[in-house]
Amino acid sequence: MSGAVRETWSPVSDEYRSVLKGLQETVGACMQCGTCTASCPNGHAMDVTPRAMWRMIQFGMLDRILESRTFWMCSSCYMCTLRCPRGLKLTSAMAALKRLARLDGNRAARRNGAFYEAFMEDVETHGRVQETSMMQRYFLKRKDPALPFTFLPLGVKMLCKGKVHLPSSVHNGVLEPLFAKAREMEGMS
Amino acid sequence: MRYAYYPGCSLMESAREFDVTTRAVMERLGCELIEIPDWTCCGASAAEPVSRLMNYALPARNLAIVEQEMEGLDVLAPCSACYLNLLKVNREVVGDRHLHGQVNEVLAASGLHYRGDVTVRHLLDVLKTDVGAKIAEQKVTDGLKGMKIAPYYGCQILRPYPVFDEPGNPTSMEPFIRAMGGEVFEWRMGNRCCGASLMMGHPEVAIESVAAILADAEGADAIATVCPLCQMNLEAYQARAVKEGGKPVPVLYLTQLMGLALGLDRETVQLEKNLTMTAKVREDMATRAWAMPEPETGTGAAGVTDQPQEKGASHV
Repeated sequence: MSGAVRETWSPVSDEYRSVLKGLQETVGACMQCGTCTASCPNGHAMDVTPRAMWRMIQFGMLDRILESRTFWMCSSCYMCTLRCPRGLKLTSAMAALKRLARLDGNRAARRNGAFYEAFMEDVETHGRVQETSMMQRYFLKRKDPALPFTFLPLGVKMLCKGKVHLPSSVHNGVLEPLFAKAREMEGMS
Repeated sequence: MRYAYYPGCSLMESAREFDVTTRAVMERLGCELIEIPDWTCCGASAAEPVSRLMNYALPARNLAIVEQEMEGLDVLAPCSACYLNLLKVNREVVGDRHLHGQVNEVLAASGLHYRGDVTVRHLLDVLKTDVGAKIAEQKVTDGLKGMKIAPYYGCQILRPYPVFDEPGNPTSMEPFIRAMGGEVFEWRMGNRCCGASLMMGHPEVAIESVAAILADAEGADAIATVCPLCQMNLEAYQARAVKEGGKPVPVLYLTQLMGLALGLDRETVQLEKNLTMTAKVREDMATRAWAMPEPETGTGAAGVTDQPQEKGASHV
């Protein structure tokens, strides 16, 4: 190993502490059987197995956790949650890891969280997801000028099939009070 | 039978054919769907990675409206993600005093409150439990005789809460496929994840799942889904998935297939909306190419997919 010894028990700021504490409660009873890893359809794309991730959470290895791409590869299929012999809410834990990474706000988190953010911003604005405006938000957030072109053929096909619609403004703003209140309560206002 | 209908955002946008056929098929089967007034997005699988509270408050808002204005009605959701999010409120919020209080505090910002008295049902649950395949069969006017249909259930409809079927080996679509005269295509991928929103940020990962599903469906005349995201992922990325070993298969909503069997008109069934509805598939459907001729009257043991079918040889 070069340089300083890797810090595993990272110092945790107050901001992260509540999410991490919740996570530790969620996976505290994990007995490391590995059923979650064996059940995951996206495991091949993960750098840390789900089983190892729960162990790292138990140990509070925040820096190692945040480096990983594992939780961004979770597609919320709930197979691990269904099969967990301890009945742990593992899919919720993956979502909590995504929230933790958003707090950290590194580049990978901004890129990987872009779709969720675009989706929720669109819901806040329109009350319902408007697919065309949501995709525009997503493209802007990804800051990748080539990205829209990869979706272009599909967009054209959908246009021809009458599956693309102009955003409706009927429900605009309906959800804004709820979003504002939740932000206040979650300490992000 | 009356239900508070929660269509969900996709069914107002790229999955309109699912909305139209759900309403029409349920009406034909004697169910009255009353759309929830001023319903809003459930948050899909995007809310939880952004805000724990909104993940519960968004679906709870819709349940609060039903509780207040449509008392006594069960909610019917055709989309699997909407169904799970609405169900989650009853399973995870109601009964947790602290969380329930927090969610109601958020709802109070819009003058709403949810006690927890609304029952949440998936379309397939209502079909299986309240309607029954026998009733559907009695209404079949124009069967799908011989059509091999692969039932695709996806993830969130039975996971993590297996309310109305066995999540390891779901079978609730099968009686309906048989009632319509179709054949259940035996496969192993019926409950495999389609990759969901990974298709946006990491298509290379999601495509592997789609390719595996489409490869296993080889030989089926169609895949039947009950989820707009499953339908989109399996259908819109077929060309790419085929390069990874998948096979091209039309992907239709169960309600579209039921609509065909129940004799709904073409404008209602909206087959032309499906991206996999190529000229070849449309012709196969029009001529019932999948229907095997009866052995005693048939012109030979024509295979379903590998031999040309005589047009008009197999009226149903």
